[in-house]
Amino acid sequence: MEFQIFGIGILTWIVFLPIVGMLIVLLIPSDNKNAIRWTAAGATGLQLLLAVILLGLFDRTAIGINDPGSFQFVEQFDWIIVEAVPWVGKIEILYFLGIDGLSILMVLLTALISVIGVISSWSIDRMVKGYFALYLLLVTGMMGVFVALDFFLFFIFWEVMLLPMYFLIGIWGGPRREYAAIKFFIYTFVGGVLMLLVMLGLYFSVAYTNVAGEQVHTFNLLHMMNSANFVEGSIFYGVDTTWRHIAWVALFISFAIKVPLFPFHTWLPDAHVEAPTPISVILAGVLLKLGTYGMLRILFPIMPDGTVYFMYLMAALGMISIIYGALCAMAQDDFKKLIAYSSISHMGIVMLGMASLTNQGTVGAVLQMFNHGTITAMLFLIVGVLYDRTHKRGLYDFGGIANQMPKYTGIAMVAMFAALGLPGLSGFVSELFSFLGAFDAFRVITIISVTGIILTAAYILWTIQRVFLGELSDEHKTLTDLTGRELLMFVPLLLIVIFLGVYPGPAIELMNASLSHLVEFVNVAGR
Amino acid sequence: MALETLIQLSLATLFLPLAGFLLLIFFGKRLQRQGDWLGTAFVSVAFAISLVILFAKLAVPETVSAGFTWATFGGIPGIGEVNVELGILIDNLSAIMLVVVMLISMLVHFFSMGYLEGDVRYSRYFAYLGLFTFSMIGIVITHNLLMMYIFWELVGLSSYLLIGHWYEKKSASNAAMKAFIVNRIGDAGMFIGIMIIFVHFSTFSFDAIFGAISAGNLPFESQAWLTAAGILIFCGAIGKSAQFPLHVWLPDAMEGPTPVSALIHAATMVAAGVFMVARLFPIFTADALLVIAYIGAVTALLAATIAITQYDIKKVLAWSTISQLGYMIMALGVGAYAAGFMHLVTHAAFKAGLFLGSGAVIYAMHAALHKQHDHDTDAQDIRNMGGLKSRLPVTYWTFLIFTLAISGIPLTSGFLSKDEILAGTLAFSTLSGHWLLPLIAFTVAGMTAFYMFRLFILTFHGEHDRPERLPLINEVPGVMSIPLIVLATLSIFVFYSFNPFGASSGWLFQALERPLSVVPEAVAPATWPVLYEAISRVHTLVMILSIVIAVAGLAFAWLVYHKKAFSADKMAAAMGPLYRGSSNKWYFDEMYEAVFVNGTLALTRISNWFDARIIDGIVNGAGSVTQGVSRISGWIDNTFIDGLVNYLANITGTIGMRLRKIQTGNIQTYLVFAVFGFLIITIVLLTF
Repeated sequence: MEFQIFGIGILTWIVFLPIVGMLIVLLIPSDNKNAIRWTAAGATGLQLLLAVILLGLFDRTAIGINDPGSFQFVEQFDWIIVEAVPWVGKIEILYFLGIDGLSILMVLLTALISVIGVISSWSIDRMVKGYFALYLLLVTGMMGVFVALDFFLFFIFWEVMLLPMYFLIGIWGGPRREYAAIKFFIYTFVGGVLMLLVMLGLYFSVAYTNVAGEQVHTFNLLHMMNSANFVEGSIFYGVDTTWRHIAWVALFISFAIKVPLFPFHTWLPDAHVEAPTPISVILAGVLLKLGTYGMLRILFPIMPDGTVYFMYLMAALGMISIIYGALCAMAQDDFKKLIAYSSISHMGIVMLGMASLTNQGTVGAVLQMFNHGTITAMLFLIVGVLYDRTHKRGLYDFGGIANQMPKYTGIAMVAMFAALGLPGLSGFVSELFSFLGAFDAFRVITIISVTGIILTAAYILWTIQRVFLGELSDEHKTLTDLTGRELLMFVPLLLIVIFLGVYPGPAIELMNASLSHLVEFVNVAGR
Repeated sequence: MALETLIQLSLATLFLPLAGFLLLIFFGKRLQRQGDWLGTAFVSVAFAISLVILFAKLAVPETVSAGFTWATFGGIPGIGEVNVELGILIDNLSAIMLVVVMLISMLVHFFSMGYLEGDVRYSRYFAYLGLFTFSMIGIVITHNLLMMYIFWELVGLSSYLLIGHWYEKKSASNAAMKAFIVNRIGDAGMFIGIMIIFVHFSTFSFDAIFGAISAGNLPFESQAWLTAAGILIFCGAIGKSAQFPLHVWLPDAMEGPTPVSALIHAATMVAAGVFMVARLFPIFTADALLVIAYIGAVTALLAATIAITQYDIKKVLAWSTISQLGYMIMALGVGAYAAGFMHLVTHAAFKAGLFLGSGAVIYAMHAALHKQHDHDTDAQDIRNMGGLKSRLPVTYWTFLIFTLAISGIPLTSGFLSKDEILAGTLAFSTLSGHWLLPLIAFTVAGMTAFYMFRLFILTFHGEHDRPERLPLINEVPGVMSIPLIVLATLSIFVFYSFNPFGASSGWLFQALERPLSVVPEAVAPATWPVLYEAISRVHTLVMILSIVIAVAGLAFAWLVYHKKAFSADKMAAAMGPLYRGSSNKWYFDEMYEAVFVNGTLALTRISNWFDARIIDGIVNGAGSVTQGVSRISGWIDNTFIDGLVNYLANITGTIGMRLRKIQTGNIQTYLVFAVFGFLIITIVLLTF
């Protein structure tokens, strides 16, 4: 499947449209704030349009994962080629993009959340030009990660995100923004270093013979997934060797920091609390998924032996994240921090589902990634709406909002109940299948994890009670309900949350072929 | 009528209330009368359809079901494709339950038009009633476990929304939250049970599961797992039907508007647990059923002992609901399937009637207190009532019929079903030796008659608490009293069996044939023919006993509260701690608060402390250590490395300083240096 616009592949357009937008933003005089905003909206809007076209053309039966022939919208060019390096042979780094059932939903999610983030950013009024330039750069980085099929390219996009994120939190954030930004940066940077080391090790270990008969070292992820390409005697050669296990753990940590899994999670609450609303939305809506996506795209198929060997560890960390995240969430009295911890809990479900290496578990996990993206984006927007109006976020600062802002409350209730896993809304479906898959593999761990749904109900309902129910205090009697712009960012998410809750079939169909192949591949190669 | 039409008709009963909900939520306030007529009309049509379904279904022995694929998982090793189906099953059980739900829902819609007139969220209230009806129908007509769980949680949502209808009150929002969370505890158990079933059978469909088990295919090849799955799924019923130990939410749920208590917290939703046990009856092993029976018995007794001492009219009814639900669960547990389910049906009518009747009383009391500008007197406390018979004749007579029915007095519907339950438990004990069950069942029967007549007499007979208030109390409007009359009529035996002393010959009992158990014979409960034979042996004895006990309970209440032959206060004092325990609901709330609520809160604080101090402590510590190391290396850099560089620079500087002195700018000095320099060089050159 190919699709080109002006001779350039659609994935390149999707990835680099925001960069184009960024360049335009940089050319606009900084006092022309609306032109800057509309440029950003245009760039991300076009990106979303392309993503929807992508969805329309997407072939659900193609498997992808480790099969180069069945990736879709592939663009593959030599990027950096070094001939005849002593001892190593030929070096190649590719510009290699493509999507399959694992990435299609993530691409859609990224495009959607990016547009909604722009709409939400309309209220940013300080250094607008710099803000949107960095924002658009961030979007390119995120999108790039989801479509890159060359490890080097993946790594570059991965690191590209870091810089704008650092400044977006550090400049436009709350009172402790500098602490939060540095903490985020260092955490992620440590992860990046670990990834870099493993990537180099893999690079030196993997070589394939090209048509000309040359030994070629490559960063091509698909070649790394083929165990026959590991050079005998190289560091990661073999199955279940110590070096491979060390590499697995290192790579796992680098992704786990992003997820974030217990105990690598403490950057998240700080980053969320300090970040401006749209950045929290991006962070929770897309960035966290990069970790679990990276595991499924890189860690699982390249090191299936380690994945099977450590599956109980992954499940246990998932379980701890579910329970511990929920307990911490309940202890918060800052609305935003509560949602930040709830993210840890909900991403734990993703981890648990993936770790099971079962079909339902993995499908449930990827669906949960998507659903958590939409639901938590809504939750952060909900906090943002209140914060914009009152400059307060404390759970005890409010009460009785339901009577004053009925539309807002209705939407908030749907989002909160979706987060609580109420059937009929999308969160339930993905939790259901994650748990079903997990139970197949881990009985005790899953049973303990299921008790997390009780804690979730408790902290969500308690939040609803404290913020929305009860008597309205006098100072809030002037609060206005949602504006048209605010409705515009909520309604699409709301519709998706309801649709996928009522009828998840189409979404599951999108990824079924790829994920069942991935599960089979890892199980066969890893055992 | 083709049987397949029933599927379409049942879908109509499912989606009509949903349509009502959506229309009212979005447009309710703009409609005339805030759209109450719309919700009521939709539900009334759905009720008519449900009657059609019932008659069409009862005419034929076949069942009909249909499903569609909700989600597909492909290529699972060893299994292939797994389809998750949602769908509908219409058999006698669901057809009967459908009518029960729709009837009560319709009557409650009408009643609410009067009861909630002028309410702040009038249209919202009717919207939620529609949502509830939709969710409840979903549980009733489903053909699979997953859809049952989905709608199971959705009724939990509508219950939450309706209990919290007056959410400005802290007590209401607390009660709503408590109901949802306590139910979630049960649901978590149910979810685990469903996981056991699905992971093994790869299907949620009742039919397919029953088929697989009867073919000898057990979850994880073990009878113990089958028993465990049954008990875990039953946990859902413990929550929803407010069984011990999760019974604590239901009395608090009385914070909701009284018609809601009638519909959701008495007649239908809380009976969903009973329905579920009936639906899944074939998969319960004998052990699982015994657990179910004892849970039911303990609940029935526990709630009855509490109901005796309560003074809030709704609380008495709430505890009696819990007690009667325990009865039903116990009946199913001992295998008296038809009896248990029949009690659900008869109880739905008379308990909904009792609640609506109490609603009428509260409504009338409220209006009177309002006229008196009295905002302190509790309109629900039976101590503030008495003598209402003369002022509320319709309510009085209908309430009398409901009270007779719940007490199990002959000629009422309640007698028929309760008698069968008592016979079932006694027969079961003759087969199995569990004599505690019938003992509890008979005790509870007597207690029920006693506390219900206590309530009845204190409310309607004797002197009114404040005689001057009595003339201000007026009968409720027709929209409220007609539902009472309908329900009172339906509490007469004739609608269920033409023989007032034998339910088993009636159509309802006949229609509710107990399904065959599918579990392996070794762990299966006694078959129906065996149990039925035992029942036949004890039936006459049971009937006499149950009448004697019910009449005794009634008479005792009459003696104490009407004749005042014994002083209730003195009896209470004599009972001492027992009385205090009962009146404080045996301190379950306090216990749970201390252990579970505070325990969890303590755990959250520990987690938060751990996160802030330990994990972040390590992170920040690592940061500080890095900073410290960099400071040390900075010092080394400054002191030694830069020190060396600076030292060299200093030396050069010093030398320079010293040497500078010779650069005086004085031409004579230079000349002297130059001459001496020349001389020295010459001497050196000449010497070597």
